[in-house]
Amino acid sequence: MILGKRLRELLKNFMRFGAPRIDVMRLKVAEPLKRLFSPEGLTGLCALSSFIITMLILFFLVQQGLPIIQEMGYWQYGQYVTLLLKEMGLSDYLWLHALIQVNGNIIIGFVNFVSGSTWDPSSYEFGILPLIAGTITVVGGALIIAVPIGILSAIHLSEYCPSKIRNVVKPVIELLAGIPSVVYGFVGLAVLVPYIANIFNLRSGQTALAGAIILSIMILPTIVSISEDAISSVPKSYKEASFALGATHFQTVRKVLLPAAISGITASIILAVGRALGETMAVLMVCGGVANIPPLSLELFFTSVKPMTAAIAAEMGETAVGTLHYSALFGVGLVLFIITYIVNFVADTINARFKKKFGGVR
Amino acid sequence: MKMMVSVLNKLSTLNNREDRTVKEKRTRTRDVKIEVKNLNLWFGKNHVLKNINLKILKNKVTAIIGPSGCGKTTLIRSFNRMVDLDGARVEGEVLLDGENIYDYGANVVAIREKVGMVFQKPNPFPMSIYDNVAYGPRIHGVNNSKELNKIVEYSLKMAALWDEVKDRLNVNAYELSGGQQQRLCIARALSINPEVLLMDEPCSALDPIATSKIEDLIWDLKEKITVVIVTHNMQQAARVSQYTAFMYLGELIEYDETEKIFENPSEERTRDYITGKFG
Amino acid sequence: MKAEKELTAVTKGVGLGEILFSIPTLLILASFILIMGVVIINGAQVINWEFITGTPGARMLYGTPLGLPLSYGGILPMIFGTLALVSGAICIAVPLGILSAIYINEYLHEGRLKSFIIQTISNLAGVPSIVFGLFAFAFFCKQLDFGVSLLSGWLVLGFMALPIIVKSTEEALKTIPKSFREASLALGATKWETITKTVLPVAAPGISTGTILGIGRVAGETAAILFAAAVFYQSNLYPTNIFQPVMALTYHLYYEATTSPFAAVNRPYEFGTALVLVGLVLLFVIFAIYIRNKGLKRRKGW
Repeated sequence: MILGKRLRELLKNFMRFGAPRIDVMRLKVAEPLKRLFSPEGLTGLCALSSFIITMLILFFLVQQGLPIIQEMGYWQYGQYVTLLLKEMGLSDYLWLHALIQVNGNIIIGFVNFVSGSTWDPSSYEFGILPLIAGTITVVGGALIIAVPIGILSAIHLSEYCPSKIRNVVKPVIELLAGIPSVVYGFVGLAVLVPYIANIFNLRSGQTALAGAIILSIMILPTIVSISEDAISSVPKSYKEASFALGATHFQTVRKVLLPAAISGITASIILAVGRALGETMAVLMVCGGVANIPPLSLELFFTSVKPMTAAIAAEMGETAVGTLHYSALFGVGLVLFIITYIVNFVADTINARFKKKFGGVR
Repeated sequence: MKMMVSVLNKLSTLNNREDRTVKEKRTRTRDVKIEVKNLNLWFGKNHVLKNINLKILKNKVTAIIGPSGCGKTTLIRSFNRMVDLDGARVEGEVLLDGENIYDYGANVVAIREKVGMVFQKPNPFPMSIYDNVAYGPRIHGVNNSKELNKIVEYSLKMAALWDEVKDRLNVNAYELSGGQQQRLCIARALSINPEVLLMDEPCSALDPIATSKIEDLIWDLKEKITVVIVTHNMQQAARVSQYTAFMYLGELIEYDETEKIFENPSEERTRDYITGKFG
Repeated sequence: MKAEKELTAVTKGVGLGEILFSIPTLLILASFILIMGVVIINGAQVINWEFITGTPGARMLYGTPLGLPLSYGGILPMIFGTLALVSGAICIAVPLGILSAIYINEYLHEGRLKSFIIQTISNLAGVPSIVFGLFAFAFFCKQLDFGVSLLSGWLVLGFMALPIIVKSTEEALKTIPKSFREASLALGATKWETITKTVLPVAAPGISTGTILGIGRVAGETAAILFAAAVFYQSNLYPTNIFQPVMALTYHLYYEATTSPFAAVNRPYEFGTALVLVGLVLLFVIFAIYIRNKGLKRRKGW
């Protein structure tokens, strides 16, 4: 009896995460395999799979991207030290230096990689700043267009729209989200791009503007549906209190509903940013694919840009495996992964706080 | 021959007379269905049940009364190990027919076969009436449809619901009224032939007519099954039970025959509760 | 008089607020109609029985630039390719996803581990599709040596659909009240029996919705299969070998739109491909919405 109690204490302390329930504890500690093959164990393995997949993705991005980062660090510092060692006649110990060399180079290399301002694979220039600038331009433009329209539309749908119309419009907006991105890109290419070229008298309509417009249509459904849910789930009592004090509908919306739903709306915007950052095919087809940092002037949206995603998609086909270019593309992928990871993390935190505030009523 | 028979008869009646003079408080071991020994229960740091010692007798209706939050529900949920779901820490013993159900290695599924439960709010499955009652037997291996039919009919008859639903067994359970749903839940609990039926305030969500039907049902059930019922309603406890336990703030204050508890309780706190001084 | 007017102005149906605010919604609707309209009108010219059931012809087969698009002749192999990719992906994602969601919702207690796993799944959902494509190339095509193949496509698309299925299954499981599980356990069912016999049947509509949404997403996916599974031309009508690359509607549309030199002639056929693709995907999405609404209606009981 005492031993049984001790074992129970042991188990409890050993597995603080998801502490086992009492009817699992009746399996002796010496039978972990039986526990593994129980329904709990097997489904647990499945749940683990998404973690494993994420780690695999990260691993391969880093593994394939490391050469370029090491290379860009090497040129900064390692090269000179190697030369020095050779001069001093210590070439026997070069292998030792190689160990130290790698670590220091990664940091410098990563900084160089991200901040280099020329992307010209054919001449071995692998600075991805133009690509980042391209992404920021297109995504920023899309946000400028989509956020006001999206939020206003969400307010309209939840507050002003008669429910019969809303029951038609909401599914239509969800359908908009279902259209494949390659179709968006294609329609943009076939319709929007010539139109822009016409109106603004450009040689080619493949500009950041086209990308921004198409991308904004793609992220609108995200913003609208999540913001609309956020506004609808503000408790009715807030609205009633405001009306009872004599406020108009518009005043109520402006001063009571919007501030209350702000975290849900913010979460929707951040999620939309995440989607926009990861969008590939549409921006690939309409943005032009010229890897220059667009000038910060009136011409900002009328130049051709190459966002990060488009760069990977376009150049991967013509790159041999194992070359520096190949590695550089994986580096770009790694940067994308990190950025979207951060964006998702922020969105989740805000969403969690919002749910805590209103008990998660959707 | 006749003399022998009459002597034997006299001897047997002598025995009975002896038993009748023995005070009912001294119970014979084979009359005890559930024995609780020094039961302590914690939810985290919350000491919810404090040193409970109790003997539930076979084929009797035992009521557990007490103000809100005193641990009545937790106590009966500990009788079929439903407290495991709430993450409780248990010390002490609960003996079902002499075996401790909290033993290391106890078979929870078998325990719950023996000890059935009816919940406060009726919770039939979103299936047909037939499937609701047949769920238990099917889980425990009965697949023969003839047998299932018999079990369903028997359980619904025991729950006094058969006449009302016998021609619409395939109807979804949610089309029944609240009282009927609760009787369906009772039928479902009875379908696996439990030896004990735990009822957690079964009538609190029901109207008076449905309540009286269920109280009649409980009275009939006690012939075959031991019933433990938790109730807020003291009059219900007085109507329905033979033994009553009064709990307050996690402790068992008094446990005795129902008549004694309601007419002449020994403890002062019991008297205060019965007469409505608090609660 | 003025006060009367003001009172009625607030209670009347259509005020300035209504009109002003409906403009953005109208804009969104307009863009949807525009896009669908363009695709339908231009694509309908080309859609006929031969297009959908025929095989690609002229240019590729004879190797000479006849100026005709590949889809002149038909896009049936591309349809088969897309369907093949989707079916395999779903076979991977659905079991894995449902079991994961069951573990998270039924077995795992609230705590750091649970929020960590939920966050991992949410992050996986947010990974850009092109990053998935890179991963698929490095891992499935190179490391595991599957090459550019149907199998790699199955795996990467399955992993992409996984978070969608997990999330929707989790939502469906969460809406089932705890009392069902308690009632089932009190009858002596084990936890797994409770899940399979009580919880899952009730959650089925929600799970189906998620699956179909996942199918829709995967069918329209291009970037992930760009260099891991898709190829512009391969000679089989339908995929016969999982280690061979496949033709897909999405990739075909992309390739045709961006590389064929005879724009004027090609465009209608590209629109045709786009129409078939959009039709396929929207069919799935509409079906999913239909099932979800039916499931919501059934829940009026509790």
